[in-house]
Amino acid sequence: MTDQTAALRLEGIVKTFPGVRALDGVSFSVMPGEVHALMGENGAGKSTLMKVLGGIYQPDAGRIFIEERETVMRGPLEAKAEGVMFIHQELSLAEELSVAENVYLGELPRKSFGRVDWATLHARTDAILEKLRVRFDARTRVGELSIANRQMVEIARALTVDAKAVIFDEPTASLTDAEKVVLFDVIADLRAQGVGIVYISHRMEEIFRMTDRISVLRDGSYRGTVETAATDEDEITRMMIGRSLDLSRNRDPMEVGPVALRAEGLSCGHLFQEASFEVHEGEVLGFYGLVGAGRTEIAETLFGLRTPTAGRIFLKGEEVTLSSPIEAIARGISLVPESRKEQGLVLGMNCRDNMTLPQVGDLTAGPFVSDGAEISIYDQYRDRLAIKSPSWRTPVANLSGGNQQKIVIGKWLSMRPEVLIVDEPTRGIDVGSKSEIHNLLRELAKQGYAVIVISSEMPEVLHVSDRIVAMYSGRIMREFTAAEVTEDTLIQAISGISGQAA
Amino acid sequence: MADTAMKSTAMKSVGGVLARQGILVAFVVFMVAFALWNPRFIDIDNVFGVIRSSAILGIMALGVTFVVIGGNLDLSVGSMLSFSAIVVLDLHENPAFGPALAIPAMYAMTLALGAINGFLIGYLRLNSLIVTLGMLSAIHGLTLTYSGGQNMDIANQNYTWFGVFGRGSALGIPIPVLVFLGLAAVLGMILAKTPFGRKVYAVGGNGTAATFSGIPRARVVFATYLISAFCVATAGLIQASRTMGAQNTVGQGLELEVLAAVILGGASLLGGSGTIFKTVIGVLILGFIQNGLLLAGLEFYVQFVVTWIIIILAVWLDIATKRGKLWSPIA
Amino acid sequence: MNDERLKTLLKGSAIWGFILLELVFFEVVGRTLSLSDNAFVDPDNMLLLLKQAAPLGIIAVGMTVVMINGNIDLSVGATYALAGIVMLDSMSWPMMEAMGAGAIPLAWGLALLTGCTLGLINGMIVWKTGVDAFIVTLGAMLGFRGLVFMYNGEQPTSHLDWTMVDIAEAGILGVQTPALVFLAVVLIVWLVMTRTVHGRNAYAIGDNREAAVNAGLRVGPHILINFVLIGFLAALSAVVFYSASGSVNPNDGMLFELWVITAVVLGGTKLTGGRGSVIGTLGGVLAIQLLRMGLGHIGAQTETVNLVIGTILIVVLFLDRQLNRKGAEELKI
Repeated sequence: MTDQTAALRLEGIVKTFPGVRALDGVSFSVMPGEVHALMGENGAGKSTLMKVLGGIYQPDAGRIFIEERETVMRGPLEAKAEGVMFIHQELSLAEELSVAENVYLGELPRKSFGRVDWATLHARTDAILEKLRVRFDARTRVGELSIANRQMVEIARALTVDAKAVIFDEPTASLTDAEKVVLFDVIADLRAQGVGIVYISHRMEEIFRMTDRISVLRDGSYRGTVETAATDEDEITRMMIGRSLDLSRNRDPMEVGPVALRAEGLSCGHLFQEASFEVHEGEVLGFYGLVGAGRTEIAETLFGLRTPTAGRIFLKGEEVTLSSPIEAIARGISLVPESRKEQGLVLGMNCRDNMTLPQVGDLTAGPFVSDGAEISIYDQYRDRLAIKSPSWRTPVANLSGGNQQKIVIGKWLSMRPEVLIVDEPTRGIDVGSKSEIHNLLRELAKQGYAVIVISSEMPEVLHVSDRIVAMYSGRIMREFTAAEVTEDTLIQAISGISGQAA
Repeated sequence: MADTAMKSTAMKSVGGVLARQGILVAFVVFMVAFALWNPRFIDIDNVFGVIRSSAILGIMALGVTFVVIGGNLDLSVGSMLSFSAIVVLDLHENPAFGPALAIPAMYAMTLALGAINGFLIGYLRLNSLIVTLGMLSAIHGLTLTYSGGQNMDIANQNYTWFGVFGRGSALGIPIPVLVFLGLAAVLGMILAKTPFGRKVYAVGGNGTAATFSGIPRARVVFATYLISAFCVATAGLIQASRTMGAQNTVGQGLELEVLAAVILGGASLLGGSGTIFKTVIGVLILGFIQNGLLLAGLEFYVQFVVTWIIIILAVWLDIATKRGKLWSPIA
Repeated sequence: MNDERLKTLLKGSAIWGFILLELVFFEVVGRTLSLSDNAFVDPDNMLLLLKQAAPLGIIAVGMTVVMINGNIDLSVGATYALAGIVMLDSMSWPMMEAMGAGAIPLAWGLALLTGCTLGLINGMIVWKTGVDAFIVTLGAMLGFRGLVFMYNGEQPTSHLDWTMVDIAEAGILGVQTPALVFLAVVLIVWLVMTRTVHGRNAYAIGDNREAAVNAGLRVGPHILINFVLIGFLAALSAVVFYSASGSVNPNDGMLFELWVITAVVLGGTKLTGGRGSVIGTLGGVLAIQLLRMGLGHIGAQTETVNLVIGTILIVVLFLDRQLNRKGAEELKI
């Protein structure tokens, strides 16, 4: 393949943000007709790289070549004009507009007086939709479509021009198996037409099934490219997370205390049904499953953010109703939420104020907040969690992802909870902080906390958990102990393959 | 790496301080320039005069500051001011009430209106712009219905102590000035130093994160509207007392002037930022500009144009510092 | 999906249902209580309604476009007054007086140009500085009002030209000029918003600005055009109104922005952008005007109009939210 002209080639791309070197000399190339996987953990720099390619960010150094012609991308339009198309993971559609208007957003066909040429627009769009074998037509309002169908609209967008390179960013995250088959056919078609394809995904199975070569990013730097046929999952994993991260299976002998929290037949509409599980003092209970399997929703219900439609919750054997986070907190339940920036932190506030937020009402001297009490709590947990921040006055927005996450964890640890729920503990943070947080979670269990960890990363769940609950489509499929679980049985359970065994 | 981070953070905060204090610097420059040109400008009587004439707007702005930091708007304060002034005057003339009962009754009624705002916006989570727009109209209608479209006047102005709030003075300082500055001090402490104040910032800065931290978001928003209504009632009392009479439309249009003062002080409409001190500065800037222009022999309406330019420059400077670019990046 | 359709239909036609309700209510109440000798629903009355709704209605159409686009304009009242002053004042310039009736179109042109210029100023500031439109136009509301006063102090500006009045009060088949202009504006802008590339892009930008930027739309100039449009329409409204009345008070148009926004929101346009329609706004404007006339018709105090409209606005907002709720599964944030 090397004797051909690359469809797309990047050379030494560097991009720095205040405090972060997001991309540190990234190079790779995609041949025409090649499917090239780009892999890396969250925060490894994949999305920044894509934004550079799309002209949304300008690189500080490095060059971009399209068919070996050096190109500067100044904006999304130029990227499109150069034949580089994106299929975004975060849907960027206008819901009130029709499918056709979204597919041709920015370049609606015109007639006289600036009128939209609807006939041409609908004909062209329907032709593309036919290729995608979808069940809706060009006139459908996007707001009426399911998430999966909206994803297909995104894909349709990329087919409107003669693309030289198409970048798929986690395209299967919300697709059903049948829709995936269609997607893979589309990719095969594009490949047959000689389009270079960059395929970003976490799913090893797809990567090994679809791609020709794999390039790996870690912490913003390029870790090399391998032929898919000549490698295996282990090698890719090592390239992605490095050898420094200890993800050995958790083999600590279990010395669990009494049951701290028990759920019995807990349901919430169609989000999850009949979830029964218990977590003991001194253990980590892992929840594993695909996004949308109902894990986060269970956590939100335990934290009083959702009203269960059926089932019961017991804390230390006593039945409780948790109708708000205030009640949940009062009962000793804490939640480190999934989305740090949207749910975990008030970004404009400083480190100390974020950390003491849930208990600020108790840290008073007379009617006023006691500065001393707040600072002493902050100092204590800054030291304990090794938070790196210039001062307590620093706005949390200026901290790295790992330190931000530690602020959120510190916020809840300082409340001395009975049950600590951590949803995606290490999403989008660097490897160093990752292993610190893993150790911390183990440490907390040893100290007698009941810890629930929700994660989409299998190595993480296997590493920190004493027991693992596998969820699929709103139901608990199986429960494993750390000793008996294998990757295969776990994958089967979360894909709905194994029988019901809750 | 960490070094660059610190450095750029430091630079950012220096720029931020400059931008944030820019309005204060501009204020001082403006004052000095006018004082040099006309020493009467900083004459103590003139200064008190300016603060007194700004007091009604200023007291309303204090309350609106809470609402805006909490992430909402209150466009109903103008109508509410008319309402409270009319009500207190009417009850004052009502033999069953008299001044001693008229005042608490007026406070109760105005707070009830604030509670309606707070309930709809805090508990029902309706959009604050539209709700308070609706309330602006509804309260105006309520006032007109109450007064039958008539202006209210106190018949025997010599036989009541009611004028003390608007016309009286203590220790040589006019009462409206004392009330404005006193209220500013108390509310400033509440906002900056108490747990409640912290919660207002959290709810306005990120309401979702506040909820996830166990903060009763609805209750906090509700309270900001009660504070706003309390301030309006106080302003209405001073207004009614100063003129011993009022028109139905006395507060008309004030809602946007009040908002302008709060924004000029540096509060973000997105919520989560601003302080009482800055709002007071914003109010005084508006007051002194008006006064300075009048002393310069210009008509009162010239200040509208000057205010326009200052507001946009102030907000522009603020966001330009935050994004590190003068001009907007949108194509 | 059916449920979804039903909700959309309900929301889309709610304002017309409300108008129907108003018509029936005022007719029936007017008759049964014999508060009024005349029928409420009668052609002359309805034509009068259209005419009286025109000044606010024309501006409301522009506000609809700006709000669909994800912005807002609080300065329309002051723009309206300034355009009116420029028009009437220019008629008394010696040069214009010398032109006789020929000066009329020129005066109109100057007024419209004033509106466009003020819109251009707002639009440029929003585009180039990135300051939120709410703040930009809040400032402009004060600033433009200052310009109004600077033009002629606190004195009203008057110029009564009978030719102009005749034109303003002429009509086709009993429909007077203001009503005709209003309906024409509704029709044209409706066509623009539903049929043209500019209109569709306005929805796209208001709905998902980032997606529009990613798709390469030039968001800045687009927003600018819409601000020029609303400036133009505010001036057009002034032309229609002051050609007949012949006198502008410097306080004219105050609180227009609030009435206009009320009408637009009643018509179903979302403050957050991306949703709404010009036809809905027509409904919103007519509903408000009907309420005013109707309350007069049944002898209610005119003061209650504000009370009723404010209450209705809040009720509509509440119902809209109830229709959009996801039910028991909702996250309580």
